[in-house]
Amino acid sequence: MNIKIGLDIGSTTIKTVVLDETDRVLYKSYERHLSRVREMALEKMEQLRSTLEGHSLKIAITGSAGLGVAKESGIDFVQEVFATAGAVKKYVPGTDVVIELGGEDAKIIFLKGALEERMNSTCAGGTGAFIDQMASLLNVDLKTLDELSLQYKKIYPIASRCGVFAKTDIQPLINQGADKENIAASIFQAVVDQTIAGLAQGRRIEGDVLFLGGPLSFLKGLQKRFLETLDLDEQHAHFPDMAPYFVALGAAEYCDGLYRQYTYDQLHEIFVKASKTTIKPQGLSPLFADDAAYQEFLSRHSRSDVEHRDLSSYRGKAFLGIDAGSTTTKMVLLSDDGKMLYENYCNNLGNPVHAVKAQLEEIYRQAGPGLVIAGSAVTGYGEDLMKEAFHIDLGLVETIAHFTAARHFNPDVDFIIDIGGQDMKCFKIKDGTIDDIVLNEACSSGCGSFIETFAKSLGYPIAEFAKLGLYAKHPVDLGTRCTVFMNSSVKQAQKNGATVEDISAGLAISVVKNALYKVIRAKSADEIGQNIVVQGGTFLNDSVLRGFEMELGRNVIRPAISGLMGAFGAALYAKANAPKQSATISPQELADFTHSSKAVNCNLCTNHCNLTVNTFAGGKKFIAGNRCERPVTGKASSQELPDMVDYKYQKLMSFESQSMEGPRGKIGLPMVLNMYENLPFWHAFFTKLGFQVVLSGRSSKSMYLKGQNTIPSDTVCYPAKLVHGHIKTLLEKGVKTIFHPCMSYNFDEKISDNHFNCPVVAYYPELINGNLDGVHKDGVQYLYPYLSLNDSKLFQKKIRRVLMDAGFTCTRREILEASDAAYASYRAFREDIEQTGRQALAYARENHKKTLIVAGRPYHVDPEINHGINKLLTAQGFVVVTEDCVSGLEDHERRGILNQWTYHARMYNAARYAATQDNTEVIQLVSFGCGLDAITTDEMRDILRSADKLYTQIKIDEIDNLGAVKIRVRSLLAAMNERERLSHEQ
Amino acid sequence: MNNEKPIDFTPEMRKTHTILAPMMLPIHFTMLEQILNRNGYHVELLRTTGRQIVDEGLKHVHNDTCYPALLVIGQMIDALKSGKYDPDKTALLITQTGGGCRASNYIFLLRKALKQSGFPNVPVISLNFASLESASGFSFTPAMILQALYAVIYGDLIMWVSNQCKPYELVAGSTQKVIDHWTDELCRQFQSSKFLHIRKNYRKILDDFAAIPRSSEQKVRVGIVGEIYMKYAPLGNNNLEDFLIKEGAEPVLSGLLDFILYCLKNSEVDYQLYGKGKKTRLLAALGLKYFVHVQNKMIRAVKEHGVFRVPGKFEDLEKGIEGVIGMGAKMGEGWLLTAEMMELIHSGVKNIVCTQPFGCLPNHIVAKGMTRKIKDRYPDANIVPVDYDPSATAINQENRLKLMLSNAKLAMQFEQKDAVVEPAAPGAAAQEQQPALF
Repeated sequence: MNIKIGLDIGSTTIKTVVLDETDRVLYKSYERHLSRVREMALEKMEQLRSTLEGHSLKIAITGSAGLGVAKESGIDFVQEVFATAGAVKKYVPGTDVVIELGGEDAKIIFLKGALEERMNSTCAGGTGAFIDQMASLLNVDLKTLDELSLQYKKIYPIASRCGVFAKTDIQPLINQGADKENIAASIFQAVVDQTIAGLAQGRRIEGDVLFLGGPLSFLKGLQKRFLETLDLDEQHAHFPDMAPYFVALGAAEYCDGLYRQYTYDQLHEIFVKASKTTIKPQGLSPLFADDAAYQEFLSRHSRSDVEHRDLSSYRGKAFLGIDAGSTTTKMVLLSDDGKMLYENYCNNLGNPVHAVKAQLEEIYRQAGPGLVIAGSAVTGYGEDLMKEAFHIDLGLVETIAHFTAARHFNPDVDFIIDIGGQDMKCFKIKDGTIDDIVLNEACSSGCGSFIETFAKSLGYPIAEFAKLGLYAKHPVDLGTRCTVFMNSSVKQAQKNGATVEDISAGLAISVVKNALYKVIRAKSADEIGQNIVVQGGTFLNDSVLRGFEMELGRNVIRPAISGLMGAFGAALYAKANAPKQSATISPQELADFTHSSKAVNCNLCTNHCNLTVNTFAGGKKFIAGNRCERPVTGKASSQELPDMVDYKYQKLMSFESQSMEGPRGKIGLPMVLNMYENLPFWHAFFTKLGFQVVLSGRSSKSMYLKGQNTIPSDTVCYPAKLVHGHIKTLLEKGVKTIFHPCMSYNFDEKISDNHFNCPVVAYYPELINGNLDGVHKDGVQYLYPYLSLNDSKLFQKKIRRVLMDAGFTCTRREILEASDAAYASYRAFREDIEQTGRQALAYARENHKKTLIVAGRPYHVDPEINHGINKLLTAQGFVVVTEDCVSGLEDHERRGILNQWTYHARMYNAARYAATQDNTEVIQLVSFGCGLDAITTDEMRDILRSADKLYTQIKIDEIDNLGAVKIRVRSLLAAMNERERLSHEQ
Repeated sequence: MNNEKPIDFTPEMRKTHTILAPMMLPIHFTMLEQILNRNGYHVELLRTTGRQIVDEGLKHVHNDTCYPALLVIGQMIDALKSGKYDPDKTALLITQTGGGCRASNYIFLLRKALKQSGFPNVPVISLNFASLESASGFSFTPAMILQALYAVIYGDLIMWVSNQCKPYELVAGSTQKVIDHWTDELCRQFQSSKFLHIRKNYRKILDDFAAIPRSSEQKVRVGIVGEIYMKYAPLGNNNLEDFLIKEGAEPVLSGLLDFILYCLKNSEVDYQLYGKGKKTRLLAALGLKYFVHVQNKMIRAVKEHGVFRVPGKFEDLEKGIEGVIGMGAKMGEGWLLTAEMMELIHSGVKNIVCTQPFGCLPNHIVAKGMTRKIKDRYPDANIVPVDYDPSATAINQENRLKLMLSNAKLAMQFEQKDAVVEPAAPGAAAQEQQPALF
């Protein structure tokens, strides 16, 4: 008999299908291979001996990990999407669309009409791996995660750009105490959104949809999310029994077209040979040459320790420090003489309140009767929640906590780097104060916990996994971009036969490089500092520490309590600032402690924050997830500080109320990108011409989702992605003429070498024209002429032509008058912004308020894009002005880079202005994916640093959670206050 | 610090300094290197490879900057650190296009990187079309411009025809031999005015390539378009041309001159749309006219020779994008990239790899943003975008290329079968044939 074998070796699993001549399935299997790719393939062959022996065999290998095996063994390879498409055509011929999710890649195949097969872009990989990681983060297995998700009540908006971004949104939800059911469903929704946004690219997913791959066949919750999102009923959604094996089936079917035939023994031999192949790894240098070097290293680091004292026999005052971090909870109890009575570092297992409660119980259990908690302080993500739950006396910003702790070990410390589970934080210390703070942005987050999750997935405790790396011979290079890329690199390394040791060391080095080159952006050890203290849980990993020292070429101090530094600093702080009577929760109160949480939506303003309401014993409530004080106190913040972000936004939004019905009918303007700068111009222009100007309105997440499936490039910035939803909204409003010009050049404000727009802003209308069907249907005209507004004469000529071609004939005089009105309106708007901005600055000076210049692009005033950061800033007591309020106060100066974009020139000037002012700092908003800002951020930083200002960059995207931003802003505020205090003392 | 003038490359430095330049197109750049060296410079192209280049790049360039910048700058810093060159006697040469894309800033990023890595005194020369900046000791004489133009033309021709030979050569390495021979020969010709004997040269080149023994089997043709460095430089695209040949395909790359013509054309468009650059426009228009004339002669030579497929004309590129994308889209590779895809499809090359650095801004619009429109017009277009990045794994790229190749081969089989079995109704035949393959 002729037998066909399909072997699908994916990134995490191996699937086998064996068919006979009549295509009857003789065998099928789905197993995790734990990267033992070649060995598993051989085992499979041996297992199938009785089925295969004595027959003539044909075999094809498929799958991302199969590529290597096929290459080495000489067995035919078929690309997996290709194989799938073939099998679908044969077995489920009526299918319109196939969606297949695997561990690493997501794929979509459109069969009806023009065949299209798509795979996710590099940046959006790791679907299955992401779900695994999230389950591990919630400390449940996949099955439980799935069951939980079916019980959900509410879905949180989770960034769907990639796994790292999604995790950044999910982590704070866990910390806020959100229900696991809701989180689980939100995780699946993020996967669905990512698949649709990344792969549909304008084609509608409709008709008969076939869902394939492991995650989609085993996870009911994920299936449900897909069905609801795509609005599919049971008749049209197909989850075949063969779903997990379908690709392997495709490979088996592919055998029909192959010539090569094997006997069982031949095939067996090939796999035996393949399993013995070792690929010479091209690795990095080992961390330690020998054991002696490691021992020297250990003894050097053992010098920085804290003395301990027995808790049970201790009597007297004690001071509690809590660091409620993103994934871990750290607690320290200090005696009156600064000795360590109790310490604990634990994973909060998705429930930080519970973690703290358990530790407090343990402290009270161990402690003797004479112990009095005389002061307590908490720092970290969960600060507010813990303060409320356990009546903690004081709260402090993480930066201050870490600095306090580091100074204890080295009073001369000039650089601190903390790598925790989710975040990296670096502070530069100058003259006893924090001089610069660098926090990682979303892409670099989760490096620390990634090592741990990864170790777990291989079945090692983190400590043991870390040790393995120390003696690795050839640490593998796993790249530095983010954990999604690292994960994919690990997979490749494993397939190439890298050992666990090499991977452990490689991961450590990757994390270090990410910190040094992506976060700190340091060029040399000297630039970083002479007395460097490293801390955070991740540095407990000796491989990471050693990797850091090697990459830096300098020895550093790692306190023995490296992972507890935040808590230690908090305890020191509690000791120094203890209140007369500490309110800290007593053993009795602790015994009665209860906690539950509920998710609600705040409807007090347009931000619609997702609130988590925590309820404690006695009905006491605590609200988390809010940006402002309104949901807590019931009113807007007690004092209204000038906020130019809000002012500008409201001003722009008010233009529509000035629209009038006109003889020429309606014209729609999308409130996107450039329109935030040029709306006053276009509104006046078209109104004067007799059009009724209709705006698309305020951006929102639901508006974004409306256009999500027409986005062709998923790595473009969020402001650009929003354009799709705005245009759709205009279409829904029934506007038949939409105006959205392409503009290579911006206004020349004479402060730069050239005055370009960025490529995305300049040409996005081209993309809309090519990807959004609606703009060509039902008599809609989408006008996207190439225009420049710098030469009014030329503009008038061009626009007249454009309008004429669109069927609106205007006289020269009409155009001239409209154009005059437009330029006047634009000038008036600019003057108003500058005037109001200056009033805000004057207000700050008079009332001794600190000013923050929020430097970004005009469209960054959109609350859906900035996520209400301005509200958070004014709530912290800052007067907020925008970059364009002050850019006119500086002239044109040569820069260290080519200053050729108008909006960027404004930012440079705003930074130069801030450099001359007291009590004024700059926050730069950067949209993820903005390539130009890779250039501007360094330049902004140089300008501000050369004037001894702090540089704060905030990367924003779809991510809605402002937890990290809050910490950053508070750190900035704390640093400003500290500097002010010192300058007063002098 | 920002007001500092960059270090000038002075006339004296011509004698004392070695100028290091990045390699992009092996054939073209080797000739250009020779031309510069014949004219009193000492230029050396960096042909280095290896992981350390990326590492230096990651260290000295903002990691979100595009991959070509990271590679080019990493390669230069790596060279300076190698000890092979005396930093006091070395200068660097880098191109600057002057558009609204990040690429115009490479030179500044390079200078920043030099300062940070301890080579603040190494002069950097900008090679640009847009009179952005100049070095007192570096200039192109009219004679050199002419030589350079022909180096590009000859390079384009050799690249074009060699790609039609290499995948089919019966003796491995025979095509490369002819390439090497002609690169050497032309370098010699640039010493005199012999290189201007174009008719003779073109014919001899075409004859020599035509004489390479080749198989007649039909291979899948795959066009490569993309960001210019990613498209051409083997260091950037992980030897994409070689990969495609190894996988049994024929790579199709349009010439470098098209990019230069595109830059010149943009001056004209800028004037038409925005009234910018009245003076430069005239010069550009003149250049454009002459260059097109020179290109057309080369194209005619290929056509008359009759053995090889004929490259597309620049005018065809311009025509191809009518109704697809506006010529105002001029940042990065701009409309040219879209035009090249259209031209490939028109000439029967339906399989296209679109190479780009991860996060390339113009390519959001002109590449990924136009794919849909192209597919609407040509449903059988088989376009695969591939992102390049220091952290992207090769396997990921390979897998996507393989998918494109599988579909390409399948489509080719149908075409062949259609041609034999049922020429009248190709659609129906395809339908019936399909399941049989599985």
